[in-house]
Amino acid sequence: MTDVPGTAVLETKGLCKNFGALVVAKDIDFALEPGARHAVIGPNGAGKTTFVNLLTGALPPTSGAVLLDGRDIAGLAEHERVKHGLVRTFQINTLFNGLTVLENIYLTVAERMGVATGLFRPVGSRPEVVAEAERLVEMVQLRDDAGRTIDELPYGRQRLVEIAIALALEPRVLLLDEPSAGVPGAESHIILDAIAALPAEIAIMIIEHDMDVVFRFAERITVLVSGAVLASGPPDEIAADERVRAVYLGHGHG
Amino acid sequence: MTAAAVRTNGAAAAKLLRAHRFRAIELLPWLIAIAVYFLFPGYRLLATQILVLILFAISLDLIVGYAGIVSLGHAAFFGTGAYTAALLADAGWQEPLSALALGAVTAGLLGWVSGWIILRTRELTLLMLTMALGIILYELAKDLDDITGGFDGINFENSAILGLFPFDVLYYTTNYWYAFAFLVLGFLVARTVVHAPFGRSLVGIRENVRRMHAIGTPVQQRMRHVYVIAAMIAGVAGAIWVQVQGNITIGVYEFEMSGNILIMLILGGTGRLYGAFIGVTVFTILENLTETVLGTDPPYWELVVGIVLVLTVLFAPRGLLGVFDPLIRRYRERTP
Repeated sequence: MTDVPGTAVLETKGLCKNFGALVVAKDIDFALEPGARHAVIGPNGAGKTTFVNLLTGALPPTSGAVLLDGRDIAGLAEHERVKHGLVRTFQINTLFNGLTVLENIYLTVAERMGVATGLFRPVGSRPEVVAEAERLVEMVQLRDDAGRTIDELPYGRQRLVEIAIALALEPRVLLLDEPSAGVPGAESHIILDAIAALPAEIAIMIIEHDMDVVFRFAERITVLVSGAVLASGPPDEIAADERVRAVYLGHGHG
Repeated sequence: MTAAAVRTNGAAAAKLLRAHRFRAIELLPWLIAIAVYFLFPGYRLLATQILVLILFAISLDLIVGYAGIVSLGHAAFFGTGAYTAALLADAGWQEPLSALALGAVTAGLLGWVSGWIILRTRELTLLMLTMALGIILYELAKDLDDITGGFDGINFENSAILGLFPFDVLYYTTNYWYAFAFLVLGFLVARTVVHAPFGRSLVGIRENVRRMHAIGTPVQQRMRHVYVIAAMIAGVAGAIWVQVQGNITIGVYEFEMSGNILIMLILGGTGRLYGAFIGVTVFTILENLTETVLGTDPPYWELVVGIVLVLTVLFAPRGLLGVFDPLIRRYRERTP
């Protein structure tokens, strides 16, 4: 699929972000098609996580626009964007550490189903919410850990909770910020399998350092360097791009 | 939803589904409260104060223990409820229940308005702002002493509750059950709220605000809602506090009130509702014992409070009730 204007589900136009004199996002034009598998790569400090934060509304841009379904969503707060199907995971686990795996997912499902404001009927009288949470826990194969708190789990399993929470929100656009970061090599296949099994209709942007993962997963790659887009295109094109090889791929792959 | 879709099969789900059910041991504090009335008639004033302070502490637990909003100015709501009830009675509106309800409303309004500003901030700033609100109201009440009675206070009278039960400032009969009834009511409201999805989402806010934003929670709005609920319950506690005594002074707005209730809550254990019962009771009885044994000089009691706090932090960081957590967990593991 090509970048035909108007078909993108998520799009940025001239997105800029400065922290004082420090430029962390420079004039980023980006488009994510429905069902896309789009990787964003770049050296450390290239501004990849900042880019995610700008998309989700966790950070306000200095200038430029973020468009969801072609509409500028500058006026939507982070939580409102989630309701419109724009969902992220975090590079560093951002979970409810004192709660059980099931409770983590429960909170998310309750929020998505719109029952989280309920003041009177107890959690226990809404088995459909709990059952849905349980289904998601089983989907990421954490059934045996459902009753354990997050801080009792090894880091790799915690990563799965990140993904389960994202899925519980029924995203249309999913931003995965280094989903396998910090996961021991032996366990990373669990994460990658979970990602590979994600519904095809979800548009996915993945930030990833592991080039094997990137080239296996992505149908399109965007290279960020110093907050700006250096190159964007299909994987073979990016792999052949001399500039990309010079600044980035050259480091590890000769 | 079809029946098949709502079937759960895991132990964790079963635990979540029955978390709100009452356990037999939850009757214990109420049985003790009833027994105290008959066994220690000479201590009914103190016991009534304990009941009211427990209600006050429960309201604080909703924001501190559940939503993670630490407040050093909760007396603002307690005092506002108290002054609403007292000034109404003083002006001739002597029906106690409606005055109490209006106390809840004014305290709730104060929570709604102040929460709009305070809850935009976090951590130390938030703590300072809650404290500032309490101090502003205290100073205001002090300046307007021709209305509030200042340090000397105002004496007032309420008519009989429901026209049947007159207040009794000598033996504290009606007064005790009045406080008891509203503690039961306030506790049930708080317990319902914390076991509802709303209460669970407060715990989520306490555990990780960033994640709550990212799962689509309007965090600030939800904090404001619980802030208003807590303010209203605190207002009820304040109203009862002065109604049972037939007297009000600006002490209800004092910083000490806010500080002490927070200490009591931490002493008993936050985020568990029953911590309020233990913390307030132990603290108040200790205060009374100190005064009986060592005298009423402030330094003695302040010394004891200091020692109690240090011991709590060192040996029971999760409060007195938290001490039992490992025991209960071991018991549960042995009996599935």
